[in-house]
Amino acid sequence: MTYIPHSPRERDAMLATIGVKSLEDLFKDVPGKYRFPTLHLPPALTEMEAAAELGELSLGNENIRTDLVCFLGAGAYNHYIPAAVGHILQRSEFYTAYTPYQPEISQGTLQSIFEYQSLIVALTGMEVSNASHYDGATAVAEAVALANAQFHGRRTKVVLSPAVHPQYRQTLRTYVQDMQLELVGDDPETVNGEQSSFTSPESLIPLIDAETALVVVQYPDFFGRIYDYTQLIEAAHSLGALVCVAANPIALGLLKTPGEMGADIVVGEGQPLGIPLSYGGPYLGFFATRKQFIHKMAGRLVGETIDSRGQRAYVLTLTAREQHIKRERATSNICTNQGLLALAAAVYLSLLGPGGLRQVAELCYSKAHYAAEKISRLPGYSLCFDSPYFHEFSICCPRPVSEINAHLLEHGFLGGYDLGQDYPALKDHMLLAVTEMNTKDEIDALVDVLAEVSHA
Amino acid sequence: MNIPANLKYSKTDEWFDPATHKAGLTDYAQSQLSDIVFVEIMVAVGDTLQVGKQMASVESVKAAAESYAPVNSKVTAVNEGLPDTPELLNSDPYGKGWLVQLEGGDASGLMDAAAYTSYCEERAH
Repeated sequence: MTYIPHSPRERDAMLATIGVKSLEDLFKDVPGKYRFPTLHLPPALTEMEAAAELGELSLGNENIRTDLVCFLGAGAYNHYIPAAVGHILQRSEFYTAYTPYQPEISQGTLQSIFEYQSLIVALTGMEVSNASHYDGATAVAEAVALANAQFHGRRTKVVLSPAVHPQYRQTLRTYVQDMQLELVGDDPETVNGEQSSFTSPESLIPLIDAETALVVVQYPDFFGRIYDYTQLIEAAHSLGALVCVAANPIALGLLKTPGEMGADIVVGEGQPLGIPLSYGGPYLGFFATRKQFIHKMAGRLVGETIDSRGQRAYVLTLTAREQHIKRERATSNICTNQGLLALAAAVYLSLLGPGGLRQVAELCYSKAHYAAEKISRLPGYSLCFDSPYFHEFSICCPRPVSEINAHLLEHGFLGGYDLGQDYPALKDHMLLAVTEMNTKDEIDALVDVLAEVSHA
Repeated sequence: MNIPANLKYSKTDEWFDPATHKAGLTDYAQSQLSDIVFVEIMVAVGDTLQVGKQMASVESVKAAAESYAPVNSKVTAVNEGLPDTPELLNSDPYGKGWLVQLEGGDASGLMDAAAYTSYCEERAH
């Protein structure tokens, strides 16, 4: 039974108000052949037949664990996920993606979010974390929303490093299209002459002025490079602008935190923290900032308090800044968090602890450097940049990346990211990622295939 | 309800003192909002305000509200310390909880204490 809450009379009144005769008239811009296409569907299947067919289809997928050795990163990374993560996630008390609508009745859920927030604060070196966003790209966009709210729209410029993930920059453009904001700095073709993408963060400093609300950089950047942004952040602060650092959370287990560099907002993709690759999502956006900006932060926030009996309790706090109360004056119209995946990140970080996380980061670092050194010694290949890097590095290749990747795939390797797709100047440049999951044998085999390809 | 006789009042629950030219949120407004946890004064010294222009944004534990200019005027001072002690809006709305000081305000369009008292009583029902 379909329940439609509007009576025919109400529908007629609505149509009359907007000056349309019938419901069908609302769709007349869509050509008839697309409105009522013939679908040519096969006859219905039984459950058993459907299960067999779907099983058959799923065999066509290539899996990282079973079929392919992965050296692809570019924003999503293949890390080991301890079995306890999945086990805790699937407990029925937790197994919902949503913050409950009567949150305080679900103390366990609120406590897990509070723990998640505390871990993110420790990891980023910041003072407060929200309950998470959809993914790294939307977390970057929410940082821009915070800066815009902080300055009441009086500052209209955002300086965006071209070395921020291309998809994050694209998402950001979608978010700000109706805000009175100008994004500058990330056009690799025109800004600061040639090769602006590939120079140090100091090249962004001349773009910062009194109109700048926010500067956005990535750490390590999209090309895998590690920079200390302290100087850039000081320059931005001297002109009153805020700085957002989009960081890799595993790298933060080893490197100086953006908080120590003076960042105002630290965001990032939380997928490396115990969340499977899953062909691109769902992932987790983390968002941390300083206390002074807490009222301009989007998203939900869990706080710790005591109840009427003096016992420790958790509440959703500072909710008056959110959209359901502040309406159009809120920083953002999004307060959804990735509850289940934030829990995965919290469980992952708790299982590893600071020492374990550092060990994962050191393994990534050492293996990536072993791979990079071997590959750069192959004829025709070289490291594109001489900056320090973490677990990802850019390689100049002797042949188009697509051809090299086709060869690698034949040998069971998922090859690197083709940087020429987003940066025309980086044609034949490949971005390779190495994590703790890659064994020395796998790296040696990769190097052998790359050597073979160069003179094929 | 504390509605001092020497002040003038707007329909959006701001008070204006014709003697000191200070303005702020009324006792009625703060009691409706309950515990105020955040205030942001959105105008600066030198700004010219028309009646109804947003002066401040206020958040309590349960609601968010805006405060509007009660008179056409120019801002001569803002209560700089208030964002660090927003609870003063609850405890001392006509004293330490003042928001801004305004110059050139014509208070003739505002209610006196008696009119504002009935205005608040009407809304209580």
